[in-house]
Amino acid sequence: MRFLSLLCSLLLLTATVASAQKTPGRDGTFALTNARIVTVTNGTIDNGTLVIEDGRIAAVGADVAVPADAEVIDCTDLSIYPGLIDSGTQLGLVEVGSLSETRDYREIGELTPHMQALTAVNPNSVSIPVTRVNGVTSVIAEPEGGLLPGTAALIGLHGYTPEQMLLGGYEPVVLDYPSTGRRGWWDDRSEEEIEKQAQEAIEKLNAVWDQAALYARIDSAHAADPDANRRPEYSPAMQAMVPVVRGTQPILLKADASADITSALEWAAERGLTNQIVLSGAEEGWRVADAIAEAGVPVLVGPVLSTPSRDADRYDKPYANAGLLHDAGVQVAIRTGEAENVRNLPYHAGFAAAYGLGKEAALRAVTIAPAQIFGVDDEVGSLEAGKRANLFVATGDPFETSTDIVHLFIDGYQIPLESRHTELYNEFLRRSPGVQK
Amino acid sequence: MTLFATMPRCNRSFAPLIVLLATALWMAGPLAPLVHAQSPAAGPDDILIEGGTVLTITNGVRDDTDILVRDGTIAEIGPDLEAPDGIEVYDATDMYVMPGIIDAHSHIAVSSINEATNPVTAEVGVGDVLDPFEVELYRALAGGVTTSHVMHGSANPIGGQNETIKHRYGAADPDALRMEGAPRTVKFALGENPTRVHGEGNDIQPTTRMGVEQVIREALKNAERYAEAKRLYDAGERPAPPPHSERLEVLAGILSGDVIVHCHSYRADEILMLMDVLEDFGVEDVVFQHVNEGFKVAPELAQFGAGASIFADWWAYKFEVYYSTAYNAAILTQNGVLTSINSDSPELNRHLYHEAAKSQKYGDLTDNQALRLITINPARQLGIADRVGSIEVGKDADLAIFDEHPLSIYAIAQRTIVDGVTRFDRALDPDDMRLRVDPEASVDASTHGTHDHGVRCMQGAFLQATQRGLRLQHTHSH
Repeated sequence: MRFLSLLCSLLLLTATVASAQKTPGRDGTFALTNARIVTVTNGTIDNGTLVIEDGRIAAVGADVAVPADAEVIDCTDLSIYPGLIDSGTQLGLVEVGSLSETRDYREIGELTPHMQALTAVNPNSVSIPVTRVNGVTSVIAEPEGGLLPGTAALIGLHGYTPEQMLLGGYEPVVLDYPSTGRRGWWDDRSEEEIEKQAQEAIEKLNAVWDQAALYARIDSAHAADPDANRRPEYSPAMQAMVPVVRGTQPILLKADASADITSALEWAAERGLTNQIVLSGAEEGWRVADAIAEAGVPVLVGPVLSTPSRDADRYDKPYANAGLLHDAGVQVAIRTGEAENVRNLPYHAGFAAAYGLGKEAALRAVTIAPAQIFGVDDEVGSLEAGKRANLFVATGDPFETSTDIVHLFIDGYQIPLESRHTELYNEFLRRSPGVQK
Repeated sequence: MTLFATMPRCNRSFAPLIVLLATALWMAGPLAPLVHAQSPAAGPDDILIEGGTVLTITNGVRDDTDILVRDGTIAEIGPDLEAPDGIEVYDATDMYVMPGIIDAHSHIAVSSINEATNPVTAEVGVGDVLDPFEVELYRALAGGVTTSHVMHGSANPIGGQNETIKHRYGAADPDALRMEGAPRTVKFALGENPTRVHGEGNDIQPTTRMGVEQVIREALKNAERYAEAKRLYDAGERPAPPPHSERLEVLAGILSGDVIVHCHSYRADEILMLMDVLEDFGVEDVVFQHVNEGFKVAPELAQFGAGASIFADWWAYKFEVYYSTAYNAAILTQNGVLTSINSDSPELNRHLYHEAAKSQKYGDLTDNQALRLITINPARQLGIADRVGSIEVGKDADLAIFDEHPLSIYAIAQRTIVDGVTRFDRALDPDDMRLRVDPEASVDASTHGTHDHGVRCMQGAFLQATQRGLRLQHTHSH
């Protein structure tokens, strides 16, 4: 393992010396042979071959022929995993957290569903290579702020334009469900104020939804008979809500406190939206797990590495949350809520695994489960022929920090295992000149 | 009462003394000599931890080894130790025992963090505002942490004094948290935070890294003159002592080596600057905190003998940490810099063992090198390595017991022991471990919002003393 990573460093070093530019990804036909292949959906193949061709997995199995033109990569003692999916991040939407000029995830206004995170995804963010070299190949990039901050986007972490990165066209509208709880230690509102403001926010939510439904009806009437019916007076926010109220655009519903989750589930049921929503965050999901399971709503749970929401709660509830939801029968995927440290997704999954979710379910929660929830399980989330070649080759369990990733493919491109962090390591491990020049 | 009942012929006047002796014997354990008797309220429990894999840190890994804890210290380490009569025996078969984890940078269990009213505030200290009821102390124990260096914030080039505490959760007296005898330390801060708070916020120096240097130089020069005036007065060469200044007393302590400087810093240039300043004043002990660009000047840090206490992988939350690498721990360690990994966060301090493990992802440190980052290395940086940071006979019985190797992602802390007292027990502790409950608080109010940057907002607490800080608390401002 140490030898491999040394070899890897040497190769990287050579690459760095050869060119000051970032090494681009490289497409082609590849055959990964003698590998332990963790398919996620069809068990684990102890000694198999996986062929990558035209950006896709062409074949995977124990007895797979290696195409004549394939570049063979021997994976003896190595394991292949599907690329990991983070179900909630701000990756690409912010470069330096404290600098407002680099923050593009929060627009001004309470009602901005027409804002599209995809527009502001920076394909060349320094954080993207930092993320993918840890095996994370797709993420949800999501906006925040206000009641309806905009649409999130599922993106792959290789591409030079946002369009190239968009995966499966999945762009749910984000609904930040009104919160009844205190927002932090600085929130000094009285209980009454909190309650009153929460009530007002829900009334406002209902008003917005009614308005959007009316807008959509006028829009439909106009479309059916343009001569007889006027167009609705143009409102960008309402226009963006049309596919939402018509039921064709999914809703990423953010709620954390148990009371908010319960309220949101009831609200969604009343509005006939239960099958359209995906719950995101769900910090206190464990408290109302049965209700979530009964509603059949999937949950994007996390960050796992966080502190309990109430002083009285057991210290490990954020770690255990995913497992408790899973045990109740809820379909769970894991989100970090991070930007520059989305790379820690495998460790969020690892903690969830240790505290009750189990290794297998934890792996599913960062691969096939989110793929199914986002309707892209024909594209990503497992190692199956026909799917995008989003995968990595590792020295062992990807949740363990001692594991190294030695090969990475996204959309069939072999991605160099380089990032700002490896580049600085290579330059400064043995700095020259040292103290004396 | 039963004691009186079984001794009917006992002279009543001696009864209280007998009760006292019996209590003392009972507290000390049947075989302990009487001199070891503790007062009933404070008596640590003796315990024999049997059959664990002992990660001593300083003497290798010892399989199937017992640890005998007596009177709050490690009394014996070895195979098949004999259990004294009546002692609690903890079966650690298939488990791992490591020294209690030491967090060299924390803001836990204090009611205020920054005295942001002046660029130099060495006279204040967070030790005056300790809060023993803070449940975060317990949550850190549940991650194996037994000692924390509670620091003043980073608003000022020279901030207040820090306090090294033990996580004696359960004690009601704030003073019971203090690690008695730990060297005094003081907070310095370079770069964006002090220039933003004072220059940008209050329109006074410093607003640049040039200004930060001069604020520190001026303060240390004043302290030098103050100490000189006191020395002359004591020698009878000056008619009167200088007017007493608590601030200059502390700063003079830095110059005399009694107070260790722990300096919030990020960029390579400002790190070099402070080493130059300290060298000019003859100050030898310094630990750089955060020190994200420490890797760039690792040879200089090693040559000076400076310590570095870093994050495992935090970066890009502000401009001065944009050019960071998670390989910092590895580069610093391989260049011979005394390095630790800290939390600065009530979330990170719950899994410092995992943070240390990341040094194997980023740079292949050995198990022992990685574990040193959270044990003996921070102990040395805090000047407490003679008492904690490794499992050795005679050291404080601060121990963390895990079910798997603590560098594994699947490791779960089972027990955490401070001075021999079990302060965390995963198997026995109830969910609600609060020591004090606010009867006015609503039971269903959860403290996190939907977009959870709560962890980092807590970090922003160091700016709470300024209006600007209140506006900045939603940004990542460590």
